[in-house]
Amino acid sequence: MSVIDHNRSVADPGRRSPEGRVDALPVSASEGGPARTTIAIIGAGKLGTVLARLAVHAGHRVLVAASGAPDSIRLILDVLAPGSEPAWVVDAVQQADVVILALPLSKLIDVPLDPLNGKLVIDAMNYWWEVDGERPDLEDLRTSTSEQVQVQLPRSIVVKAFNHVGYHDLDEGARPAGVAGRRAIAVAGDDSRAVATVAALVDAWGFDPVVAGSLRESIRLEPHAEAFGANVSAEELRTFVERFPTTARGSAAIAARS
Amino acid sequence: MQFGILSFGDRSRSALGTPQSVSEQLHQQLERIRLAEQVGLGFYGLGEHHLEEYAVSSPGTVLAAAAAVTERITLTSSVTVLSTEDPVRLYQQFATLDQLSRGRAEIIAGRGSFTESFPLFGADLADYDELYAEKLELLLQIDRQNPITWSGRHRAPLRNAGIWPRPYGKHLKVSLGTGGNTNSSLRAGTLGVPIVYAIIGGEPERFAPLVELYRRAGGAAGHDSSDVTMSGIGLIADSSQQAKDTFYPHWRATMEAGSRSRGWHVPGRAEYDAYTKHARTILAGSPSEIVDRLGPVVELTRPDRYALQMDWSGVPHLAVMRAIELLGTAVLPHFA
Repeated sequence: MSVIDHNRSVADPGRRSPEGRVDALPVSASEGGPARTTIAIIGAGKLGTVLARLAVHAGHRVLVAASGAPDSIRLILDVLAPGSEPAWVVDAVQQADVVILALPLSKLIDVPLDPLNGKLVIDAMNYWWEVDGERPDLEDLRTSTSEQVQVQLPRSIVVKAFNHVGYHDLDEGARPAGVAGRRAIAVAGDDSRAVATVAALVDAWGFDPVVAGSLRESIRLEPHAEAFGANVSAEELRTFVERFPTTARGSAAIAARS
Repeated sequence: MQFGILSFGDRSRSALGTPQSVSEQLHQQLERIRLAEQVGLGFYGLGEHHLEEYAVSSPGTVLAAAAAVTERITLTSSVTVLSTEDPVRLYQQFATLDQLSRGRAEIIAGRGSFTESFPLFGADLADYDELYAEKLELLLQIDRQNPITWSGRHRAPLRNAGIWPRPYGKHLKVSLGTGGNTNSSLRAGTLGVPIVYAIIGGEPERFAPLVELYRRAGGAAGHDSSDVTMSGIGLIADSSQQAKDTFYPHWRATMEAGSRSRGWHVPGRAEYDAYTKHARTILAGSPSEIVDRLGPVVELTRPDRYALQMDWSGVPHLAVMRAIELLGTAVLPHFA
């Protein structure tokens, strides 16, 4: 079952937000039945394959793309995310209702970005110096890394999600809604409809969504924030996000931004 | 199935927080290696770090001392950060260790999740993947071909160069160590080299698909054998509670150190209790608890070897010694 509200998103696929971005979800509705949402995941590593499994399990069509040809990841997907399909980045993105970025942040620049125009893009990435190298620009507290991703993708709708939970916890933690001990995943973004769509995905994939403010405030979900690595309930996660300004990292961010 | 021990040579601390001397930790390592051999464990690995908290930055040197006081146990690096090594020099050192130990040396080559060695040896983190791939290829070629002719991007070419000494037997065992990177399992399978899974988080069952990927990639590349080592962190003690309580502050210290450099949330005791319940994710428990836990994992992944790392952040020496003894005397017999 699709988690996307088709009536709302299909009705007016070209509407633009005040910022001039495409503001609707280009859902590929099929005649005579509910559309099957297509999820494109860019990155076939630890995170990408776990997300692919969750998405397949939730009933989506799942296309996974890495930097090279589809054949280079076919065996990986056959074994680690059966039911997902390997694709070229451009093909995967073109067919997708929702695109998830699950590659090293510093590698985004190598991805053909034009096809992402108008797409809802989930940024599941973090600045990780061991992989990305020393990058003062990505460490700059004045901007969240998702804001920088949005700058790279000016015509996409960027929402931050799935970045703060370890991939093992993501793999082991999915539970049906309402089950005691369900874990939470934070969702941050500037477009409230897109945030709602992603929150619905988080819920459908087995986690309690916690809406956590704007892209600018998604620094509260980044490494060195309390929420980062937290595999906790919605209530605890909300507490971590809310009390960020009172932490050392929060003070540093406030000082850098004032 | 063989059992073994992995260690980084973590220096323990006194009650006042003073770190033990490097010399003391190294001598304790030699005691542990001898005990491991006495209780029937098959291998002992020392990993390379370049931080003050660890006594081992040069595993081959310590393993050479161990070779002189043991007779049967395999001595391996776990891991060698291959990206910042010269494969020629590394091969010479471990071929020497292999000769000294009469065929008991192994290199577990990894990229290393700690990357302090990059600036120390002038490697660029931006080349992380490529450096590793190239050096692994060279290391394997040195083992296959002598003299060797080779050229690549990250070191001077070799033209009909003899690499001496050769190992004691025909080959030096070179395994690939991985923390779960999907491409590493694919690479090891395709190359037909043994693989070692460094499992420091997550349920061991989560690695079963990677083991499957490794084996299928090997099959697709025409290799007819596989060689898989599973591993876990934890501590074995006489009672379940004793194991969990003894290990907790050290596990927490390791997580705190990781948090300082990587910025992750430091889990508390409640999370630890969940991870160690029935030794589910962290292998801390009584011998029977560990036997019960490993049983289904072994059935699922069919490893050739299983390694435990039981001295994180300087678990006291006596507790580690007892844990090694219990692994050999009370766990191993159930899997013989």
